[in-house]
Amino acid sequence: MNNKLKIKISVRNLNIYYGKFLAIKNITLDIPERSITAVIGPSGCGKSTFLRALNRMNELLPDVKTEGEVSIDGRNIYSPDVDLVKLRRNVGMVFQRPNPFPKSIFENVAFGLRIQGIRDRERIEETVELSLRRAALWDEVKDKLYKSALELSGGQQQRLCIARALAVQPQVILMDEPASALDPIATLRIEDLMRELKEEYTIVIVTHNMQQAARVSDFTAFFLTDEDRAGMLIEYGNTSDIFTMPKDPRTEGYITGRYG
Amino acid sequence: MEVREKLAYIIISLLASVAIISVILIFIFIARESLPIFFNPEIKKEANLRVFFFTRDWQPISLIPKYSFIPLIVGTVKVTIVAIVIAFPLSLGAALFTSEFIPGKFREIIKPVIELFSAIPSVVLGFFALMNIATWVQVLFHASSRLNAVTAGFALAFAVIPITYTICEDALNTVPRELREASIALGATKWQTAVKVVLPAASGGVFAGIMLGLARAMGETMIVLMVSGNAAQITLSFLDSVRTIPATIAAEMGEVAFGSAHYATLFFLGLLLFSITFVINYIASTLLERTQKRLRGER
Repeated sequence: MNNKLKIKISVRNLNIYYGKFLAIKNITLDIPERSITAVIGPSGCGKSTFLRALNRMNELLPDVKTEGEVSIDGRNIYSPDVDLVKLRRNVGMVFQRPNPFPKSIFENVAFGLRIQGIRDRERIEETVELSLRRAALWDEVKDKLYKSALELSGGQQQRLCIARALAVQPQVILMDEPASALDPIATLRIEDLMRELKEEYTIVIVTHNMQQAARVSDFTAFFLTDEDRAGMLIEYGNTSDIFTMPKDPRTEGYITGRYG
Repeated sequence: MEVREKLAYIIISLLASVAIISVILIFIFIARESLPIFFNPEIKKEANLRVFFFTRDWQPISLIPKYSFIPLIVGTVKVTIVAIVIAFPLSLGAALFTSEFIPGKFREIIKPVIELFSAIPSVVLGFFALMNIATWVQVLFHASSRLNAVTAGFALAFAVIPITYTICEDALNTVPRELREASIALGATKWQTAVKVVLPAASGGVFAGIMLGLARAMGETMIVLMVSGNAAQITLSFLDSVRTIPATIAAEMGEVAFGSAHYATLFFLGLLLFSITFVINYIASTLLERTQKRLRGER
């Protein structure tokens, strides 16, 4: 991997258990700043669990135990003094299915500011517009900001969710199969958007769509389950290397479609 | 196979229509018994809409019978207000608590226990209110009468809470997990998520819960018959005895002369109660449906 890039997220010996079941096993990898890192692998290999470890969303489920270390900008986010609210503001998330709140378009984007107690109307309006512009949605919604977000198409809703995440000014954006519920054209728009966003943000995307990983990402991590169904990291490197000359035969098998 | 399916379809439709037809027949029967108020000249003189709504006294068996609905309506409204004011915050609070803040295991215990309340016969609640709540109310508020609107409303709250709680809880629970996750991922706390995302998303269902609780409170008979004091009077104080519409019907229907003005008046009172609770139930179910649709993303 290119050593000149600054490391944003560093994962060390990460184990996650659901109850007694080991879901991901001993993951160690470094995610560089201002780049797109894709996590690929077959269903059930712990991709989403890994992603949700990066903003501690796994903790919403009961009986989840996390071991190891995840550092963002050198600070372990699993140390006991970490403020979860600040962490999640810093690490935004976009989900598999578009999940706008049943509120207006404006209120969806403003939500993150309002819960911080920001009242300044001008500041909120500016942030909403800027976030919608960055998410390439402004021109489509500027005349109907106060209409329900649920009236938008699926692709628009997903870009709205991206805008909503951007409004709280995160540095990292996690995307959990963000295009899997969208049609091909909406998918391409999301991918274009990701390429623009990586100029400013560190993006980690989970996808089961290998073409998508190959198209948008700079680095690719390939996960696979072992004999105990625990997810583990098989290979990690530049996307072009992973897809053209994988080192591990299992990676090659997966990307050439032999299984998965 | 096709014949059997058709047969099943016919049987199910028949059973369903029996339920609907019964409700319609009940309505028609009650309406028919109250018709003399409009068409029998003798009865019309004593009991008519003007008397019902523009006089002040309910004294159906005095020498000159008086049939004003106003004291009964005032009584019904008073106990309903007390019941809702007590039951609503408790039900919503409990619903938020079980759906948002406690782990599944405890929810599996608390929810059925609260719902079990609705299995308590109202005569038992009435008895409990008579022996205990009435004393508490008297001590607490220095009421001159043990049996008053506060006592009755308090006892009614026990009948309302399971209904309002169950519907609120279900409404909060149908809010998709994805919305909660989106909120948490934006840095919201559990409390902010519950109040600013989950509650607004479920607002229609929560409102429906209040409405159905309201209908239950207005229609409940035995509890108010036992502990409201049954004095038909128009006063502002909630610590005075009251007489409600359903309690009046229950108390007087057994002794009324068949076909008299009083008889027709009681049926008209029943018709009024039926119509009010029917409208409330209708509004509640419409709201529930709208909430479900909104959460599914339809308009």
